[in-house]
Amino acid sequence: MSIKETQNFPTFQDSDSLEYPQNEQEVENLIKKFYKSNIPIELIGSGSKRKIGKTLQCTKTLSLSKLNGIIEYLPEELYIKVKAGTSIKKIEDELKKKKQQLVFEPIDFGHFLNGQSDYGTAAGQVACNIAGPRRFKVGSVRDHILGFKGVNGRGEIIKSGGVVVKNVTGYDLSKLVCGSYGTLLALTEITFKVLPAPETSKTLIIHNQKVEKACYFLDSSINSSNDISGAVFFPNEPKVPGCSINIDDTFKLNDLKYEGSITAIRIEGSKNSIDQRIKSLINELKIIDLNLSILEIHQSEIFWNKVKSLDFFFKSKNNIIRIVIPPSECIHLIYLLANKFKYCLDWGGALMWLEAFELSEEMFEAIRRKVVKLGGYVTMIKNSRYLPYVDDVFTINIERFNISQNIKKSFDPKRILNPGKMYTGI
Amino acid sequence: MPKIDRKLISKKEEVANELKKIIKSENILYSEDETRAFETDGLTAYKQKPLIVVFPENTKEVSKILSYCNKNRIKVVPRGSGTGLSGGALPTEDCILLCLGKFNKIIDIDYKNRCVVAQPGVTNLSITHSVEEKGFYYAPDPSSQIACSIGGNVAENSGGVHSLKYGTTTNNLLGVQVVFMDGTISRLGGKTYDSEGYDLLGLITGSEGLLCVITEVTVKILKKPQTVKAALIGFSTIEDAGNCVSDIISNGIIPSGMEMMDKALIHATDNFVKAGYPRDAEAMLIIEVDGNEIEVKELMERINKIAKQNKLTSIKISKSEKQRLKFWAGRKAAFPACGDMAPDYYCMDGTIPRGKLAEVLKEIKRLSKKYNLSVANAFHAGDGNLHPLIMYDANEKDSLEKTEKFGSEILKYCVKVGGVLTGEHGVGVEKRELMCEMFNNNDIQQQIKIKKALDLNSLLNPGKVYPILRKCAEEGRVHVHKGNTKFPDIPRF
Repeated sequence: MSIKETQNFPTFQDSDSLEYPQNEQEVENLIKKFYKSNIPIELIGSGSKRKIGKTLQCTKTLSLSKLNGIIEYLPEELYIKVKAGTSIKKIEDELKKKKQQLVFEPIDFGHFLNGQSDYGTAAGQVACNIAGPRRFKVGSVRDHILGFKGVNGRGEIIKSGGVVVKNVTGYDLSKLVCGSYGTLLALTEITFKVLPAPETSKTLIIHNQKVEKACYFLDSSINSSNDISGAVFFPNEPKVPGCSINIDDTFKLNDLKYEGSITAIRIEGSKNSIDQRIKSLINELKIIDLNLSILEIHQSEIFWNKVKSLDFFFKSKNNIIRIVIPPSECIHLIYLLANKFKYCLDWGGALMWLEAFELSEEMFEAIRRKVVKLGGYVTMIKNSRYLPYVDDVFTINIERFNISQNIKKSFDPKRILNPGKMYTGI
Repeated sequence: MPKIDRKLISKKEEVANELKKIIKSENILYSEDETRAFETDGLTAYKQKPLIVVFPENTKEVSKILSYCNKNRIKVVPRGSGTGLSGGALPTEDCILLCLGKFNKIIDIDYKNRCVVAQPGVTNLSITHSVEEKGFYYAPDPSSQIACSIGGNVAENSGGVHSLKYGTTTNNLLGVQVVFMDGTISRLGGKTYDSEGYDLLGLITGSEGLLCVITEVTVKILKKPQTVKAALIGFSTIEDAGNCVSDIISNGIIPSGMEMMDKALIHATDNFVKAGYPRDAEAMLIIEVDGNEIEVKELMERINKIAKQNKLTSIKISKSEKQRLKFWAGRKAAFPACGDMAPDYYCMDGTIPRGKLAEVLKEIKRLSKKYNLSVANAFHAGDGNLHPLIMYDANEKDSLEKTEKFGSEILKYCVKVGGVLTGEHGVGVEKRELMCEMFNNNDIQQQIKIKKALDLNSLLNPGKVYPILRKCAEEGRVHVHKGNTKFPDIPRF
C-alpha cells in the first residue's frame, strides 16, 4: 500500500470511538465536549454514502442513527418534520399512505457502494444533496428543505427556516447545509417540503438511437410544453473492455420491444392527460416511424427505480464519476471523452455518469479540466483498486475555496466536524 | 441605525473626488437636491438621504468602489429599482448608495440551456418579454414585476402569485456574478442545474444585500403551459374558503396559483378594475391551473367539486385568456386599489401554515378593533403568505406608530401559530426588531458570523435584518444616550 493509501485507509474503530447520542441534547453535549478538547469527529447516519468524499481518520465517530422518528407530518400543510437519522425508506412509506412523496427522488447509493440497497437517512440525503431523475423539473434536495435544527462546531444548537414554503426571514441556511457533507453542523431535525404523488406514470422509450439524436429527443421533450419528468439515455456504445454497464442485462422488461440503446422519457399525471401528452410528444418529435415502446405504470416504476438506484453499476469494480454540465455541452463532452469510458445520461443530458476502467489520477484530472472548461463539475463517487484515492474528490476554484473556508470557520472554527471530508483545509 | 460617522460626512467632497477616479463624474450625485430622490424605497415611511449616490457601469467599477469603501471603512447600501417593501435599500446618512440602474442589459438568451443571463438592473417582466416569442417565460412574478429589478429579486428572494407550483426566485436561479465587500469578484453557479460545494448561491439569495453586490444573474426559463385557466370562487365565510384551500391540497392538487381576498379587498379591487368579482362574498379564491387541455379540464372539475363541498356561493371559470387576465388584474392591483380606501396603507407580509388562516384572520379582526384601524387582507393562500393592508392617515398624529404596532402584533401572532415574520418582502429595517420573536441568541449569532465571514467590517447594507442595539435575551430595549450604550464591551446585535 502506498503512503497515500495507508493514510486514507478506513481506520479501525473500537467501540470507544463510536458515540450514539440518543437525542439533540446529547449531540449538543458531545460536540461541546469535543470542541473544548479539540477532538475531530466524523458524522455518520446509516453510512450508505460514507464512501463519497475523502476517507476520514477522526478520533471519534458520531452516529446520528438513534435520532430516529417522524416528529410531525401534516399532509395538508405539505411538510414532514423528522429527526435527522430517520431512514428515507420510513419517510417515504409514511408519505405513501397519504399519496404524497419527496419529489426530488432520493437516490439509492447503497447497492453499488456497499452491495445492499440503502436510501440512507434524511440527514444523509441533505448532506449530499444529490437528486434523482426529476431534478430538471422540480429541483434538488436543497429546493425541498423548509428548515432544520442542528448543532454547529461550537456545540451550539441552531435553527433556520420553518415549516412554511415562503420564508425570507434571515439567511437561508437550509441551502447552505444541503451538500455540505456534514462539515458545517450535525443535523438533528429536518423539515422537508412534500408534494402529492402523481396519479400514474408512463415512459416512452425510443430504441436504438445514437447519442446525437437521443440528446436531441431529450432536449426537445424538455423544451416542449408536455411537462415531462424524466429524460435519460443509456447507450450501448462504446464497448469498453473492463467496464460492466450492460443495458440489456439491467433493463429486462417485458414491455421493451427492441434491443439497442434506450432513450427514455417519463410522463406523470392523470391517466388521460398522460396519453394525450405521449401522443403529442410522438407528433412533435416526429418519431412515429421509429422503434418505440411505452412502459405502463408498473414497468415504468421499475425502470425509474433502476435509474434511481444506479442499477447499471451493480457489478462494476471500476471508478464511478458523476459529471454535471450545462445541457448544451453534453455532446461536446462525449466527443472529448473519445470512446474511452462507458457512460449514461440523466437530466436530459445535464448529468453524466461515467464508468472508468484502469483510471489514473492524471486521466481523472484531465476529465475534470475538460468539464470545468465547459462550465460543469466532476465528483469521484466511487474509488476502485486501480485508483483507490484521489486528491480532489470534489471540484472547486480558489475564490470559492476561500469563501467556503470562511463559511466553515463561522460554523466550525476548530474544524472538528468531518474535517477534510470535502476539501483539504475545510 | 448604526452609529453615524460624522467625520466622514464632513469629508463628503473628498470622498466624491476619490470616487471620481473610479467612475465617470456624471455617475456620482452628492448635492442634497440630487440625493433626495434616493432617500427611500417602497417602504416610504422611512426616509434618509445618503451621503453620495453612485451609478457604476460595470462589475470592475463595482469592485473598485467596494474595495475603496472597505479600506476606508465607508458603509455601502446597494439599490436596484427601489421597490422593496421592508426598507432594505434605506440609506444611512454616511453611506454610499450603490445604484445598479445602469446594469440594464440582457446579456444572453440561451434557449439550449433554457436560461437568460441578465444584468441585475433588468426588470423582472422584461426577462419574460425577451423570451416569450419562443413560448418561454420566467416563473416568479412579484406584483411589482413591471418595475422591480432581477437583482433585487435575488436579494429579497421574491415570490409572486405562482410560487405555489413554480417556487420563488431561489428555485429559479442558476447562477450569479457577485462582488464581495473586499472587492473580490466571484461567480456562483452557472448554467448547470447544481453546483458543488457549499451552496453559496442559495445563501446569497434572500440575503437582502448584506453579503455581496450582485452584478449578473442567470435565471431558468420555462416553456409556457399549453392551457391556463382561472376560477373565481366566492364563499360566505372565511372559514369555508380556508377549508376549501386545505381540501384542494389534501386532494393532491397543486394549482399554479391560489389567492384569497377578503370582502374589503374584493370591493376595493373590483371598484378599481371592474374585474367581475363576487361582491356579496365574504371571501373569494382565485385558483389557476395549467397543463394540457385534458389535465386543466379535469383539475377544474375536481376543484369545483371540492369548492361545492365547502359551500361555495359562486363560481366563474375563465372562458378566454382575456378574461383570465381580467381576473388577475384585480388581485395585482390590490395595493393601488387600497389608495381609495384610506390616504395611506401599510402592507404587512407574514407566512402561516394554511390551516391557521381562519384563526389568524380572527385575530387580525380583533386587533383591528383594538387599534381602531381598518384592514384589507390579500393572501397567497396556496403557500400561506398573508398580506394584511392596514389603512391609516399619515397626517394624523401618532398614526404611523400605531399602525406599526398593529403590524408587529400581527407578525408576532404569525410566529406564534408556527409561521414566520416575512414570506417575500424581507426583514429590512422594518422587521429587524422582531427577529428575536423567531430566533434565539445562538441562531442570530450564527447568522451574524456568516455576515462577518463575507463582510468583515459589517459595511454592506448596515442596520438591516439584525437587531442592533438590543440584546435578544430577556433584557428588552437598551437605553442609548448620545449614541453610547451602557457596557460597550458586551457584544450586541
